[in-house]
Amino acid sequence: MNFPLENPGILVLVLAGVLFGYFIESAGLSSPRKLTAQFALRDWTVFRVMFVAIVVAAIGLWLFDVAGWLRFDALKIPTMFFWAMALGGALLGAGMAIGGYCPGTSVVGLFAGRLDALFFMLGMMIGMTVFAFSYDSLEPLYQIGKGPAGQTLSGLTGLPTWLWLLVLAGMAWGGFLLGTWFESRRGGKISAKDLASGS
Amino acid sequence: MTERKPREFFPPLAAGAGLGLTLMGMFLISGHGLGASGFFTNMLAWLGTLAAPDWTEMNSYLGNYLGATHPMNSWLSWELAGAAIGGLAGSLIAGRFRFKIERGPHTSAGARMGFAVGGGILSGFGASLAGGCTSSLGLSGGAVLAVASFVFLIAFFAAGLLVAALAGRIWQ
Repeated sequence: MNFPLENPGILVLVLAGVLFGYFIESAGLSSPRKLTAQFALRDWTVFRVMFVAIVVAAIGLWLFDVAGWLRFDALKIPTMFFWAMALGGALLGAGMAIGGYCPGTSVVGLFAGRLDALFFMLGMMIGMTVFAFSYDSLEPLYQIGKGPAGQTLSGLTGLPTWLWLLVLAGMAWGGFLLGTWFESRRGGKISAKDLASGS
Repeated sequence: MTERKPREFFPPLAAGAGLGLTLMGMFLISGHGLGASGFFTNMLAWLGTLAAPDWTEMNSYLGNYLGATHPMNSWLSWELAGAAIGGLAGSLIAGRFRFKIERGPHTSAGARMGFAVGGGILSGFGASLAGGCTSSLGLSGGAVLAVASFVFLIAFFAAGLLVAALAGRIWQ
């Protein structure tokens, strides 16, 4: 086996997208009320689903790598631009707290019937246009805090990947416990029935 | 016609495991993870070439997105077309599909549209600045243990918590 494959067909990309959208919707993460309830610490579904997905995918890729079936250095690993990513990430967090979505969940939300997602998308196009106009003056931001190309946690610390996977799995487990503690004090999870009845 | 009773959501552990296996599969077949915001940048660059071709080509940001010439040539478009189908099918099968403007109990429909546009503006600007979104940087970068992704995720959750503490009445 020699992963990653060079040229995935369109059909395979669509299929991966179908599963992506299906699991987002099935988790309840196409609902802006459920997404924003994470930031109110009332419903920890966002944290749980994201963290489990990251840990499962990371362990799977590591196993393929250890077995020699995957060229890990051929995978796309984002390079750090500290200030651009910290500020950009903060704006996406603020955007979700106010607008109720992130880019991906707005697509799934729209196709689960939520018309407010269209307005969020319109806003995104405006925000990207503003960025395009201001790009030249923001460019210096990318020069400060630039990390080594495609650096991973193991590359940064020198610790083996399996140890980082253990740390992340432990953090996910801790987050589950913390989430359950908060949920029992802040009104609890938002169920599909709550959303249907509008309560 | 009475609306169907909605089926409850998957437990987060099950949905997260399914999403994680999907993410791993995407890396194995394509070398990259899942994404979303890049599709909107492609769309903007494409619309730009129709509305203001000279400006778009000269723009130092959008100019970089003209290589694919058309959004249909990008993997992101096919993946998100699939995500739309998956969201539609999933919500229909589970009886959760509803035409609605989803909003908090104290927020009017009109105010909700305004907040959606406003939040969208922050998100669009933020995704362009960060060079990715919760899918591409958060999930996908996280799965390959990129340092950049954990910086992004910490900033995302910290700002979300802070803004929700100030403007939580929009939703709660």
